Amino acid sequence: MPLRQPAARAAGADRVGRLVRPLPAGLAALPSLGRWIRVADDGRVVALTGKVEIGQGLLTALRTIVAEELDVEPGRVQVVSAHTGRTPDEGTTAGSMSIETSGANLRQASAWARRLLLERASNRLGVPVARLDVADGEITAPGVNERVDYWQLIDAAFLDFEIPKRTPEKSPAEYRWVGHAGQRRVDVEAKATAAAFVHDAPAELHARLVRPPSVNHRLAELDIRVASPGTLVVDGSFVAVAHPKESEAVRWAERVAAKAHWRLAFGSPRAEIDEQRRAGAEAFPIRDGRPVRGPRQEMPTTFRATYSRPFLMHASLGPSAATALWRAGHASTPRLVIESASQGIESLRGVIARAMALDVDHIEIRHVAGAGCYGHNGADDAAFDAALVARAVPGRTVLLKWSREDEHGFEPLGPPMHVEMGAELDARDRVEAWTHDVYGFTHVSRPSPRAAGVDLLSARLLGQPLEPSTPRPALAPEVGIHRNALPIYAFPAQEVTKHFIADAPVRTSALRGLGAQGNVFAIESFMDELALEAGVSPDDFRRRHLGRDARAVAVLDAALAASGGLAGNRGMGLARYKNRQCCAAVVAEVAVDDSTAEIRVAKLWIAADAGRVIDPDGLRNQLEGGAIQALSWCLKEAVAFDAQGAVATRDWESYPILRFSEVPTVETVLVDHPELDPVGAGEATVGPTSAALANAVFAATGLRVRDLPMTPERLRQVAAS
Amino acid sequence: MIAFRLDGRAAQFSQDQRDTPLIYVLRDDGLREMTPKFGCGLEQCGACRVLVDGSPEYACTLPAGAVANRHVETSAGMDGAVRRALIDANATQCGYCLPGIVVAAEALFRVDPHPTRDRIAEALDAQLCRCGSQPRVLRALTALAGS
Ligand code: FES
Ligand code: FES
Repeated sequence: MPLRQPAARAAGADRVGRLVRPLPAGLAALPSLGRWIRVADDGRVVALTGKVEIGQGLLTALRTIVAEELDVEPGRVQVVSAHTGRTPDEGTTAGSMSIETSGANLRQASAWARRLLLERASNRLGVPVARLDVADGEITAPGVNERVDYWQLIDAAFLDFEIPKRTPEKSPAEYRWVGHAGQRRVDVEAKATAAAFVHDAPAELHARLVRPPSVNHRLAELDIRVASPGTLVVDGSFVAVAHPKESEAVRWAERVAAKAHWRLAFGSPRAEIDEQRRAGAEAFPIRDGRPVRGPRQEMPTTFRATYSRPFLMHASLGPSAATALWRAGHASTPRLVIESASQGIESLRGVIARAMALDVDHIEIRHVAGAGCYGHNGADDAAFDAALVARAVPGRTVLLKWSREDEHGFEPLGPPMHVEMGAELDARDRVEAWTHDVYGFTHVSRPSPRAAGVDLLSARLLGQPLEPSTPRPALAPEVGIHRNALPIYAFPAQEVTKHFIADAPVRTSALRGLGAQGNVFAIESFMDELALEAGVSPDDFRRRHLGRDARAVAVLDAALAASGGLAGNRGMGLARYKNRQCCAAVVAEVAVDDSTAEIRVAKLWIAADAGRVIDPDGLRNQLEGGAIQALSWCLKEAVAFDAQGAVATRDWESYPILRFSEVPTVETVLVDHPELDPVGAGEATVGPTSAALANAVFAATGLRVRDLPMTPERLRQVAAS
Repeated sequence: MIAFRLDGRAAQFSQDQRDTPLIYVLRDDGLREMTPKFGCGLEQCGACRVLVDGSPEYACTLPAGAVANRHVETSAGMDGAVRRALIDANATQCGYCLPGIVVAAEALFRVDPHPTRDRIAEALDAQLCRCGSQPRVLRALTALAGS
């Protein structure tokens, strides 16, 4: 049952607040109504979004928002997602921002569409707008026999309308669908019954890669004397094969791989964030939310602890894939047509254009679903790989897939983190000084046309190599390493510092939550350690430092109420994602086997405040998915490297993830605020869950595990030390 | 040609495909049955699961010749209560693991229509899901088992 805030206060704030607000950014940049909403003359409504479905039910949520605002049945609304040249450029689908940004754009565009349609209906029926009723697009007025529907009222002028300013939106009190359960996702049935993924796209040729052992290896020799059964593409150290039959492409790739000899072309530096790397890191203390160059303020602390996580994988269940068609004939436009599961098709287009010396307008990219990606995985790289093969076989559509080994071996890894915490308690056992020093490699290396380099894996392998960008510290608020490094608590004095290490030994990039997981794991574990010092319960210790943050207190209380408290083998974690989005508290209950040292998570309770709830079921799904993934990271996962710096964990046996028999039951409570804007929640639970687990393990065993993953070996190590 | 049944209908593939893993034969232009997904090719993830004469097999490694004259069932053909329950509960995220889960769960429910949560989890233990949809899959199937 969502807990609801009083509605009266909500409505007032809504009215006043909304009239003075500017247009959402996307609409301000692209005010033409027809680029967002089209009322098709066949009784449908088409909504266009630049965002993509990555398994979180986004398209269903956007459909609900549009249907609600327009007063049509959701079944009439078709959401068209990311397709260059057709849908608005709304940037990358990342950072749990899509409901906030695309949702706001479509909601306001729909409000305008409704307003224009009602004005037309008012003229047609000779009845003032205020007296009109709309039900599923049909407009009526009491005492008037004539009725019209949306689809009779549209014309070219409607499409061309330029949105000048904000128009009032429906009051949440009138919502029929938004915030109500029972909406079946639009994409699930097809996924269980038919071709639905980019992997399933029809193609004339199937392509596979022959990769070097690592990105630091280059081709020494490729001795292929057998007559080729298909197409072999070799460009420097980029090697791929293509064949009309998929099984033949796979077989042939294996044969070519056996003939390829590679040499290690670059050093194979050690992987860890060791002392030497930390000493060479660049420090950025955070001032007003932003990391800045400048001296770090020294703050003496009595209590200190260091936490870490290893390299992690996105480890998508389906290896990355894409289709590409290089049109034959010089005059064809577009020249190159790609289907990709990329989270940022517009950026991808810009970077591929640069890498292949094409005009951006000569490339068309359409988003097609992939397996869940959880950040920057191999999807963009695979699109470029497909394009490279397609260029060699003009006129034929190529479907290129990575193997499992390619995926585990070459995806951009989630970077490791090293977090040093310090605190001083005052006489009343309150924190009076707090330090947080987080060290790590970049979390941000998605391909971007604005970047200096070409950040697509194969670019550096080409005969004429295109080098990737040099990692740079991200200095905006709440990004990369320092995401959620600032505590949710109000401490009288604190110094939070990001330490950027430039020389990453491998490609690292965005993994669900970026730095938030490691930072919140450290903060919330440390809070429990301090609570123990203070002799106060973990929840009371948090409460006394939450100050006036009533929403955080409400979430904490909701998690405790749901779980019935922290007694027993339980622990909790709390954070507000990016310190401004969804606030989540998690309580975990564990059992630790005395003889095997295995941790079993019996139950999780999640409480979350994501503002206005658009789709309660979808929100729960995201919160739970993040929590389960975090448990998997924390209990099992660590990337290992071989002596040459190549990823050694290249399958599910060497890189295990959580299984069905290992997942807890999960109970989720939503704290709904219908009066507030919705915020994304896909990444909100990763940090709190990680800490809740560590704190529960401490409650169960008295062992404080500060280094992830919490494998039985780790537990034994901690017990022995 | 080698004949077999695919989701209740007659199907066939050429002799020279005998040693090809079944998944490629199913997904090939001839049959285009796309619900079995390639995840690893190593019998480690279960994305490729199909039933062969009722028992769950890994299509990524099973030589196609092994299904001669047998019945291969995929998620696409399983329009019973199990698949319905999972779809109705939105019991997935990206959905890539879903067809394999439908197949493995269907196999269980045919022999045991009222399994416990533990039994369901055990039957699905070879099915990986990276998105964390497991709690809701288990909820949907436990509800079905109790109905
Ligand atoms: S694809 Fe067959 S088990 Fe993974
Ligand atoms: S829902 Fe994405 S892998 Fe299971």
